Amino acid sequence: MPDLSSIFALAVGLVFSFDAELYAIIGLSLAVSLTAVFLGALFGIPLGAALASLSFPGRGALTAIINAFMGLPPVVVGLVVYLMLSRSGPLGVLGLLYTPTAMIIAQTLLVMPLIAALSRQTLVELNSEYDELFRSLRLTAWQRITALIWDGRYGLLTAALAGFGRAIAEVGAVMIVGGNIEHVTRVMTTTIALETSKGNLALALALGLVLITISILVNAALLSLNKTARRLAYA
Amino acid sequence: MLKRMDDGTSKETTSRSGDSLFPLEVSNIGLETVGQSLLRDVSFTLAAETKTVIIGPNGAGKSLLLRILNGLLQPTSGHFTWAGRTTDAAVRARQAMVFQRPVLLRRSTEANIHFVLNGLSLAERNTRTQALLEQAGLTSRAKTPARLLSGGEQQRLAIARALATDPGVLFLDEPCANLDPSATKEIEDLINATHASGTKIILVTHDLGQARRVGDDVVFLSAGRLVEQATVQDFFAHPKTALGRAFIRGEIVM
Repeated sequence: MPDLSSIFALAVGLVFSFDAELYAIIGLSLAVSLTAVFLGALFGIPLGAALASLSFPGRGALTAIINAFMGLPPVVVGLVVYLMLSRSGPLGVLGLLYTPTAMIIAQTLLVMPLIAALSRQTLVELNSEYDELFRSLRLTAWQRITALIWDGRYGLLTAALAGFGRAIAEVGAVMIVGGNIEHVTRVMTTTIALETSKGNLALALALGLVLITISILVNAALLSLNKTARRLAYA
Repeated sequence: MLKRMDDGTSKETTSRSGDSLFPLEVSNIGLETVGQSLLRDVSFTLAAETKTVIIGPNGAGKSLLLRILNGLLQPTSGHFTWAGRTTDAAVRARQAMVFQRPVLLRRSTEANIHFVLNGLSLAERNTRTQALLEQAGLTSRAKTPARLLSGGEQQRLAIARALATDPGVLFLDEPCANLDPSATKEIEDLINATHASGTKIILVTHDLGQARRVGDDVVFLSAGRLVEQATVQDFFAHPKTALGRAFIRGEIVM
């Protein structure tokens, strides 16, 4: 086994050689996870806002479920989606297993509860501040939810990015429903797992570096965004 | 700085949008929570033309009464009618409330007003917003994030926003509680201008000076009961009750 510093040098070299295969893998990872986060936020944020501001039967139970599902094990989600999409499963006819679409479905299910729960936490506070005004203005449920989402947008972006962090880093679900097929469903995390087991440490480490860089960039963006929001007293 | 919205000279309160809400008749309103009676048997009638101040010491139930009238709280007994009607959607649409601590959206000053102007075209919204900002003396602050305004400006914005829907009655819950005298003066001027343009004022305050300056008639509460209702002049010159006399002298009544 070559020493660590030469692996590291090889990895950095790979990143900056703009290796086509490497960047295809990175591109697929981003496409799958960003789509999943978009869908997760599309459903999760309004759900969180409704849980934060409206009273309806089953709200308590739904909140408990969402909170419990925040930390769902990715392999279990992968397994469930696998069972749904497999040839003998209820959605087997769609033929989605081992496609990027299956991976998006799995990751959406994974991040949606997280985004919903974090959105609810953010908006509960905002709602208690606005509640009397909104009731005095006789807002409809829809007006209330949209106003909360708009005014809480910086906090909600944080929730969505937390979802992105979870999606881009998970390996269990995409491995099971994607199958880690070269050029089709191979993403950063599954490649790292595979290449490490094959002993191809340079490629694994190169992808690891990219993953870490992405998460640092995302967090830096988040930090500066929150700073701006606070300066404008919008946070 | 403070400018009246319309150039109508009359004080007619059967106003621009629909019938008058007044007289407001409150009959035997009570509010109880577990083992505690917060309001008991409160009855009074308010006319359209006056600025009514609800006064009393802390814990008298002034703010609770205001919230009941605005429909934010349900009384546990009694009822009240607006010109003979119970509170329905049409009545509600003609009420507006200003809270002690202004609740401002995390938006710009003008966006706070824009927010409540539903059902108007964008051009109408903009015109109306500019007029309200001017009325509240906030034109130069239009683009400023609302939560960066001074305390007095924030409360003026809250009032301007409440006026956006052209209410028949404006409830104010201690709007000057945290403000210095000059900011208080600006708020009181705005309240007077609002009244002059035909909106009924119902103001809760524990500040006797403000009650004298702003009010035409007084509803005096203590410990959840209505103690006196009179014109401001009569109340301060000849209070009819021992509690009223004690309150005016600044002695604590509980």
